[in-house]
Amino acid sequence: MAEVKLIGTLASPFVCRVIWALKIKGIPYEFIEEDLSNKSPLLLKYNPVHKKIPVLLHGEKPVCESMIIVEYIDETWQQNSLLPNDPYERALARFWVKFAEDKGVSVWRMFRAKGEELEKTMKETEEMLQTVEEHGLGEKKFFGGDNIGMADIAFGSVIYWLEVIEEIVGERVVFEAHKFPRLHAWIKNFKQVPIIQEHLPDWDWMVAFGKRRREAVLASA
Amino acid sequence: MAGDQVTLLDFWASPFGMRVRIALAEKGVKYEYSEQDLRNKSALLLQMNPVHKKIPVLVHNGKPVCESLIIVQYIDEVWKDKAPLLPSDPYQRAQSRFWADFVDKKIYDLSRKIWTTKGEDLEAAKKDFIDCLKLLEGELGDKPYFGGETIGYVDIAFVPFYVWFHAYETVGNFKVEAECPKLIAYCKRCLQKESVSKSLQDPQKVYDFVVMLRKNFGIE
Repeated sequence: MAEVKLIGTLASPFVCRVIWALKIKGIPYEFIEEDLSNKSPLLLKYNPVHKKIPVLLHGEKPVCESMIIVEYIDETWQQNSLLPNDPYERALARFWVKFAEDKGVSVWRMFRAKGEELEKTMKETEEMLQTVEEHGLGEKKFFGGDNIGMADIAFGSVIYWLEVIEEIVGERVVFEAHKFPRLHAWIKNFKQVPIIQEHLPDWDWMVAFGKRRREAVLASA
Repeated sequence: MAGDQVTLLDFWASPFGMRVRIALAEKGVKYEYSEQDLRNKSALLLQMNPVHKKIPVLVHNGKPVCESLIIVQYIDEVWKDKAPLLPSDPYQRAQSRFWADFVDKKIYDLSRKIWTTKGEDLEAAKKDFIDCLKLLEGELGDKPYFGGETIGYVDIAFVPFYVWFHAYETVGNFKVEAECPKLIAYCKRCLQKESVSKSLQDPQKVYDFVVMLRKNFGIE
């Protein structure tokens, strides 16, 4: 089997998605840590269009964009499937993956915002959560049903990082349990899945690292 | 498939709707086209797409599928015996998804900036837009289509924007062909296919629509 390498950083929610997929499938890989303040020739060679991480290298072939990488992993290694077989169910899963991608940005924006802008991004995040609470999960344990699937992976990073970012930002909590009971139950179950539990970036490390990063970001804004 | 009920909730000028029309035509699927009034959204649209309230929506035997590229993939998986839209190799599929995602992330937003802004913002949008088209032109290379010998997922994602070029060029005062002649030749080649020509709108009608929108938004 050709070698698998993952170019990324440990604090990235997008890289985390790919790590979870590789671990679920049991695929060994080499992690190549990237310095985003000084992008390597390797990264620029394999992602010339966006110059972003994660990039998966399978042999010499690069795949870019986290959820496209996750889908590639799912199609290449067929054990522990991340998408259902039925086309309609697959379309639903893809819909929620896209929703996580499009609307999850409000969470990243919260990290970089203060004052009025912060309040705005918090409201957007609240709306996003409200939609998923109402329409996304239904009565299922996971988006994927009894087992986690692609939509769980996509949202898992958004919601775990939201929890960390709320801790870092230290303003009012958006993701309140009484407002979002289904989502709260879901993220609790998600974090208890053994593979996820083993590969969730350490909370204290993330908060400490994130606090320093946020200070730097706000100072340079 | 006999007994299939297929309805497309759409808006005539939407490049996203056009993507679905091309995919359905490629597969030879019979469907009912339902034009939607986006300023006065129907109960049906709100019921079928409660999350985004947008078109296109494909309703297949009563069940809605939303988001144009997700619909195209769904069509490819359901009507799988004819005209495959995605390659069968996982790496090639990932590349197709990457470039369709590129079209979604870049082409729509930048082109919207062209007809909704002026002055410096407009000039910046035009430059970024052309840069993205050049990247696409590079990716196309010497192939007849992004899909290779036949049209595929990336072609379907991109080519509907071609009928909006006349509108962008007129309000933005530039010509895509001057910068990306190969890409324009490619678009014209796509239009020679019936599935594409029957699905795309007349660029003049699109331009008139954009003029009206600009008046409504107070941009002139």
